[in-house]
Amino acid sequence: MNVLESASSNSNAIYPLELEVNGERRWLWVRAAETLLHTLRDHLGLTGCKPGCENGDCGACTIILNGLPMKSCLMLAVEADGQRITTIEGLKHSPVQEQFVLKQAFQCGYCTSGFIMNGHGLLSAHPDADPETIRLWLESNICRCTSYEEIHGAIMAALSVKKEGGP
Amino acid sequence: MTGAARYTGDALKPGLLHASLAVSPHAHARILSIDTSAARSIPGVRAVVTGEDFPVLTGSPLEDRPPLAIDKVRYFGEPVAVVVADAEYIAEMAALQVRVEYEMLPLVQSPLEAYKPGAPLIHERLAEYRRYEEVYPEPGTNVASRNRIRKGNMEEGWCRSIHTIEVRVSLPQSDHAAMEPRCSTAELLPDGKAVIHSASQSPYIIRSQINRYFHIPLQQIIVHTPLVGGGFGGKAAVQLEFLAFLASRAVGGKAVKLVNSRERDMVSSPVHIGLESRVKLGCTADGKIAAAEITHWYDGGAYSDRGPIMSKAGASDCSGPYRIDNLQCDSLCMYTNHPYSTSFRGFGHPELTFAIERAMDVMAARLNMDPLEFRFLNAIGPGDTTPTQTLLDRSTVGNLPMCIAKLKDMIRWDERPLMEAKGRFVKARGVCCLWKNSNTPADAGAGAVIIFNADGSVNLLCGAVEIGQGTRTSLTQMAAERLRMDVHNVSISTDVNTETEPQLWKTVASRSTFLVGNAILAAADDAIVQLKNTAARVLRLPPAELEVGGGRVYSKRDPGTGIEIAKIALGYKLPGGGTIGSQIIGRGSYAMRDIKELDPMTGKGKPGPEWTVGAQMVEVELDTRDFSYRILQAATVIDAGKVINPVFARGQITGGMSMGLGLASREAFAFNEEAKVLNPQFRTYHMLRYGEQPTYFVDFVETPNAEAPFGLRGIGEHGVIGMPAALANALSTATGIPLNRLPLTPERIWRTVHDTI
Amino acid sequence: MIPFDFEYYRPSSVKEAVDTFQALQAQGKHPMYWSGGTEIITMARLNHIRPGAVVDLKAIPECSVMEFRGHELIIGGCVTLSAVTGANLFPLLGRAAQGVADQTSRNKITLGGNVCGRIHYREAVLPLLVANSRLVIAGKGGVREAAIHEVFRGQIRLEPGEFLLQTMTDREYVSLPSVHVKKRQIGHVGYPLVTMVALKKGNRIRAAFSGVCGFPFRSAAIEQVLNTAGLSAEERARQAAGQLPAPPLTNAEGMADYRLFLFKQTVKDAITALEGR
Repeated sequence: MNVLESASSNSNAIYPLELEVNGERRWLWVRAAETLLHTLRDHLGLTGCKPGCENGDCGACTIILNGLPMKSCLMLAVEADGQRITTIEGLKHSPVQEQFVLKQAFQCGYCTSGFIMNGHGLLSAHPDADPETIRLWLESNICRCTSYEEIHGAIMAALSVKKEGGP
Repeated sequence: MTGAARYTGDALKPGLLHASLAVSPHAHARILSIDTSAARSIPGVRAVVTGEDFPVLTGSPLEDRPPLAIDKVRYFGEPVAVVVADAEYIAEMAALQVRVEYEMLPLVQSPLEAYKPGAPLIHERLAEYRRYEEVYPEPGTNVASRNRIRKGNMEEGWCRSIHTIEVRVSLPQSDHAAMEPRCSTAELLPDGKAVIHSASQSPYIIRSQINRYFHIPLQQIIVHTPLVGGGFGGKAAVQLEFLAFLASRAVGGKAVKLVNSRERDMVSSPVHIGLESRVKLGCTADGKIAAAEITHWYDGGAYSDRGPIMSKAGASDCSGPYRIDNLQCDSLCMYTNHPYSTSFRGFGHPELTFAIERAMDVMAARLNMDPLEFRFLNAIGPGDTTPTQTLLDRSTVGNLPMCIAKLKDMIRWDERPLMEAKGRFVKARGVCCLWKNSNTPADAGAGAVIIFNADGSVNLLCGAVEIGQGTRTSLTQMAAERLRMDVHNVSISTDVNTETEPQLWKTVASRSTFLVGNAILAAADDAIVQLKNTAARVLRLPPAELEVGGGRVYSKRDPGTGIEIAKIALGYKLPGGGTIGSQIIGRGSYAMRDIKELDPMTGKGKPGPEWTVGAQMVEVELDTRDFSYRILQAATVIDAGKVINPVFARGQITGGMSMGLGLASREAFAFNEEAKVLNPQFRTYHMLRYGEQPTYFVDFVETPNAEAPFGLRGIGEHGVIGMPAALANALSTATGIPLNRLPLTPERIWRTVHDTI
Repeated sequence: MIPFDFEYYRPSSVKEAVDTFQALQAQGKHPMYWSGGTEIITMARLNHIRPGAVVDLKAIPECSVMEFRGHELIIGGCVTLSAVTGANLFPLLGRAAQGVADQTSRNKITLGGNVCGRIHYREAVLPLLVANSRLVIAGKGGVREAAIHEVFRGQIRLEPGEFLLQTMTDREYVSLPSVHVKKRQIGHVGYPLVTMVALKKGNRIRAAFSGVCGFPFRSAAIEQVLNTAGLSAEERARQAAGQLPAPPLTNAEGMADYRLFLFKQTVKDAITALEGR
């Protein structure tokens, strides 16, 4: 059977899915071949995660899955069944968000939610991150507008706020 | 920041159909046949459109490009069909099933190859193409346009030259790589209206082009542009909008969305122009440039788009910011079988600057002169003329010597040698100067409307697209400053809607604050007149005695006497009935003044209202074993005219520098021998990432431009301009070998050093 | 966006996985085993591969193991590269894993997926090659063990329906003196021009390479050269370059001659570093 036939004739390609997104349980049906990015955007309206390359190269679609940053374009929605997801819409006044505003660490804003989610994941996993760890994590995302100087400033400030026992 | 910001691709609309492009796998081939039957037979497919369905040529200034290829394809990735389907993945699946039979044609892979006599012709019918603006194609060749500069007396210049040098440089095509891929939706309403949503820098150009090619009255075309996720010039071109329109028309006007994948965005949509160039400089014994002869061959790719205007800029600013009285330049936009080029941040200047500034460094070395000193000695200033023979004054040219002096101080230039070796590591610094004129069309303009609300607050309407420079925010600041009111009382929407907002030419060329700013000042002044007139009648004082500020209109002599704007914004209601005045609506507009088209034979004319000048530096540390290097410092001093928001201004400059360092060090399309792009993904098309940023130094000189609001000069593009030259100068110093080809990957440096040995 | 549909199965045991795969294959669905799945997504979205079904291995407990059992370090095929690096049980493997893609992607890319991938580089296999690791392979005949050199020759060579369940590495290798060098076109993220992994066991250097040729390899001929007494490190590097198992790779990342230049330099540095220890 060729692909086209299997695609059009195969009703098994649609799967039920249960997710915990930003603290809420959500049930839906998805194509197995649909990435989590599209499910979050097209089915759940969570358009804060952005398609930038859909190839795992730019990080604009980064979300937090079970505590770790994850590129939602590199994951099928069905793989995330039963798991806990946080998107930018689920963050409220987190230190990284606030520092991004204070340090003016964005211009066009398109990469920003991905950077914030990655930075948020870093703060949770490594509140004492050394410069090498910070670089390793944040080089997963691309920003085309800024020079990264401001993003660096925001992340460093958020880390120090966190260390001083901030939120 | 919270995920709430909406971009074009974020809109969810029930019933929205999706389009996908079938593109050419070949760079130059005749189309023998297109078979869409397999694509049409897939369930969920609504329509397939090909070039034959709409055999029209588009483009500005030169109409040379069919939105979908007709007869032949001219670059790898060129759209040949658009498929409309119920879901995006079905459209993509079907696009893969569009079967095209091709017959290969000989390729042209570089602008110099394209220029050779007998090169395969990419546009056989160049003579028949319609022309707008300044464009000078040479039918029977691959020259899409040629501009000439003829200034002074070359013979005399060469006679006075004790030293002469020649430099050849090349920069490859690369990509804008905005993080948001291009995206457009189109819907044709039963009442005849066309509604387009697009991630665009030129919503009003979309409107005029849809009007031109589809004959829909202008007032019936509504273009919406919400927040745009980066453009850098790449979203000033009109491409997907035509295709989305055609797709919608093919399905009875239903709303259709067309979004680029990254691969399509990098190759099928227009790219950053490339350049090959030859510069000859002559210099007197005391270090004054006496003559220059420059030829630029821009790699415009398969279609010209804005290439001819960029090559025009390559001519008009070819000298760099230096006084050169005997000057000859030919600047050509060449057709090749590469992706087609459109405007890119810097608009021809990063390229021309790379050429002239490499030559400047080579000449400084020949003279055994400090490279900054050499530039200072030749810096252009008031009383000098540009390549276009425009006589400069302080307002038009700013203060380059001051920029150089400030840069010298900032980076402690005199305290360290140009180069220091420590074991296998060599630290070296490279400098360059830059200038840029906007090369806008003579009739570029903008309008603005300021509408007063009942509480005295205002809504500002204007056509500037918010694309990351904070333009709309700074425009509200301008309005607030002129109206002397709290900026929080000035509101602006993030979206541009061509139906309600007055036109702006395009959000490009670092021109928005200039054009819209002037329009806003006029609108504010218009509102102030209306406020004073109403208040004068209420207060029974002559309008000339009144002042507006702090939410009030009051007497200059007795500020205690006055009236709240809130009481008169919609007209003043008299206690006994009746109204004085009516709603305050300020309107203003502005058009470029005094721009003179360039004479195509001599270049005489005036390309724009002012130049922005600056000086830059890059410091590298090179590992001489494997030629890898770190960029340690990058510095810019720029004459901004006036700095309104220092944080925004610094961010624009450093962001530009970062992009420039990317172009200089790594960004390039890799073509194989069939002119296919091998790296249309961020995985293999490398950009600067977090952690590679050098320490940035930025400072400003403020020499007002008399024609601009608050004396501002454009700065949005300028950080990028000198970075390729400064990096190449630094690495050339570090290696002792001229590095004249970009990008400067370690492999390129190794190869150049290796070949020299 | 993946422009076609496929079926998705998530078995919870080895047997169920193998049976599912076999059944799908019998139905002509061209199934693929799915671990991290990142490479399948990137290739499927470009329509370069078109599986009709995928069998996700992540719910199989054995695939997620990462621990010492006796003198063997066992790592399941579905353990992510970032987890391998984070646990640091085999530091050389951790460093090689950390060279792949970027940190967020490594939260998804798995050891098994990287070793069994189709993209040229597969850098996580290099430490396993020099450590003579054994591979635990599941198939319709049950679970078998094989020396990595029998199964991985340029790329993984499994029987139809088999998948990589676990890798087993002798404890003595995990703390030997070692070198990991990755040279890219530029920057810190990207495919290698040259990746070299080497360790010293006794007085012998073992080395494996990625990026140099179109596949990762460990070569007896090269190791013989590397361990030739009486030759300078530079001379050994030069001779090693003459023993490559295939012509050096040329692609958008870099050309063959530059790769060869970097190869020699990297080998020379590695010899110097290891012989000093």
